[in-house]
Amino acid sequence: MNSIEHRAVSNSRGRRLNRDEDEDDEDEDNDMSAWEKAYTDERSWESLQEDESGLLRPIDNTSIYHAQYRRRIRSISSTSTSARIQKGLIRYIYVVMDFSRAAAEMDFKPSRMAVVAKHVEAFVREFFDQNPLSQIGLVAIKDGVSHCLTDMGGSPESHIKALMKKLECSGDASLQNALELVHECLNQIPSYGHREVIILYSALSTCDPGDIMETIQKCKKSKIRCSILGLSAEMFICKHICQETGGSYAIALDEFHLKELLLEHAPPPPAIAEYAIANLIKMGFPQRAAEGVVSICVCHKEAKVGAGYTCPKCKARVCELPTECRICGLTLVSSPHLARSYHHLFPITPFDEVSFPNRKIAGQKSYETCFGCMHNLMDPGTGSGYCVTCPKCKKYFCLDCDIYIHESLHNCPGCESLRHSNSINAGG
Amino acid sequence: MAPIASKLYTDDVSLVVLLLDTNPYFWTSSSSSSLSFSHFISHVLSFVNSILLLNQLNQVVIIATGHNTCGYIYDSSLSSVSSSISANESSGDAKMPAFCSEVLKSLEDFVKNDESLSSVDAGNGVGSSLLSGSLSMALCYVQRVFRTGPLHPQPRILCLHGSPDGPEQYVAVMNSIFSAQRSMVPVDSCVIGAQHSAFLQQASYITGGVYLKPQYLDGLFQYLSTVFATDLHSRKFIQLPKPVGVDFRASCFCHKNTIDMGYICSVCLSIFCMPHKKCSTCGSEYGQAQSDASTLSGQKRKEPS
Ligand SMILES: [Zn+2]
Ligand SMILES: [Zn+2]
Ligand SMILES: [Zn+2]
Ligand SMILES: [Zn+2]
Ligand SMILES: [Zn+2]
Repeated sequence: MNSIEHRAVSNSRGRRLNRDEDEDDEDEDNDMSAWEKAYTDERSWESLQEDESGLLRPIDNTSIYHAQYRRRIRSISSTSTSARIQKGLIRYIYVVMDFSRAAAEMDFKPSRMAVVAKHVEAFVREFFDQNPLSQIGLVAIKDGVSHCLTDMGGSPESHIKALMKKLECSGDASLQNALELVHECLNQIPSYGHREVIILYSALSTCDPGDIMETIQKCKKSKIRCSILGLSAEMFICKHICQETGGSYAIALDEFHLKELLLEHAPPPPAIAEYAIANLIKMGFPQRAAEGVVSICVCHKEAKVGAGYTCPKCKARVCELPTECRICGLTLVSSPHLARSYHHLFPITPFDEVSFPNRKIAGQKSYETCFGCMHNLMDPGTGSGYCVTCPKCKKYFCLDCDIYIHESLHNCPGCESLRHSNSINAGG
Repeated sequence: MAPIASKLYTDDVSLVVLLLDTNPYFWTSSSSSSLSFSHFISHVLSFVNSILLLNQLNQVVIIATGHNTCGYIYDSSLSSVSSSISANESSGDAKMPAFCSEVLKSLEDFVKNDESLSSVDAGNGVGSSLLSGSLSMALCYVQRVFRTGPLHPQPRILCLHGSPDGPEQYVAVMNSIFSAQRSMVPVDSCVIGAQHSAFLQQASYITGGVYLKPQYLDGLFQYLSTVFATDLHSRKFIQLPKPVGVDFRASCFCHKNTIDMGYICSVCLSIFCMPHKKCSTCGSEYGQAQSDASTLSGQKRKEPS
């Protein structure tokens, strides 16, 4: 039961990754209506096969899945070795939601507005998980004007609270007003930050006070990347904005597609030198105070019990990280915030496939079991006929560990349990 | 085995992956003087035995964290003698359960092997042990248990650690911690060394485990059995030691020093203890003179909160 679910998830993930490559196929897919698509996408009958006695069984496609995974790993590693990995890890992003009267349409259930709000909430959480030092602001377009729901900030909860409070729609939509407001706010952020806007646009028109082309050029000059997700039909002006500023433009076919398109913006984009200037930022790593200690925090100016952080420079006490010390102005982060993204920087090399029967050298026990999980590699139950080995430490791993190590752990247990290789890594 | 497998796993069945610090530099140093290695092992064996006796479905896996290598020492699900523990004791002919001799034997092999590897580069003899390696192995093992299906014991990892942190392992240890957090495996830590371990403080804090540095090591078994023997379900009902604070300092990439203030590359978030012209990790060259937080402050101060 569990394993079937897992497989379904992994398949859909594989499909999503393939999607970028097959842009051409996408057009053909669009010709189908939604119910047809549901069948062609899921193909539930293909995951069954008949066994000798004529019973239907789910196909054992662990090896197929593993092959898919290996293709993915190889493509990632080939791009990362050719150029040093630079990712825009500090992002300042405005999410603009169109709450004009077009957002009241019911083609998305229960309404476009409700669907947009729901997925923006999910996006905000995912975004902060993947970009811990970045900030988000929320903007709503309504009655021909745009206003900030929240200012740039790093706390997901405050954004979500503000978003859910103001759910109503009316009037016209104005792209120019939205871009002007965002441009004004994003112009103040430091030059090392990546400036981005995502507009979720429902309307089929824009009602602007002036020439929007000038505003687009202003955004381009300030290096603001604008991406637009349409909920109705493609519009020239939207496409033009995205092309000019280097963003992406897409139309959501249904709710699931909208969610996917939005979440594509969550992982850090490749850093483009012309968009943000690399810089060194001075930061402090405060220690967390012991539970139950009473002290006065500088952010709320009141005495609090337990759970606080101490600024390493001026010893002031703050409640939450990341933040900026109110006393000395030092940017305060916790080191786990930074460390969450380090696996992007030090990816582990893909393991090599080996067939294991000829590996029984001198009957050594370590050749027969997976170094990670001690699973017996000779076990006929695994059925795939091969295992993998790390090119650095030459330890053997089972296919399941291979996937876990590369997708979640980001450490090779073999290399980590060698003092020698460790010191080499540290040196170089 | 058949009747055990058909039984439903209840919420108090545990899988405990025990990481034992066997670093010879630590056990021969003065900081461990109040507890000898053999005493330590006898505390641990009693503890393992008590976990196995608490519930017949409980499982214990022991991984040794050495100075030059890490390795599996014991797995109660594989052990041929584990099922006969109670029988052995009731007959009264053995002073200790049969599994102990198994553990001691593989531990001895492991320590010998660890020692033989150290002679390769004797110059590198500074005190840390390979925590990142044993943590990674433990997590792989836990994933394997997750893969067996919906019925499995509740896994947790317990680090019995004494050696100082190895700053060169910083990235690997943090990767392991985040992976444990994602799969909701708590990492408990019991520090038997002289000083607190920032790695284990963060590991336990982030994964929701218990961090404890016992004051009196003679009573190690007491601490282990009262704090760390409780299964995850029962933890909700007992008073566990409160954390004494978490050391969130980072190691710089250039010298592997532990620092509380430093410079961060805005492109890749590498940490440096002093300003550089070019990032050694991602190769970015820094445009203008390094910006202090002052550039941020103008805009950020406005925020009400
Ligand atoms: Zn301060
Ligand atoms: Zn394995
Ligand atoms: Zn390796
Ligand atoms: Zn340094
Ligand atoms: Zn860098």
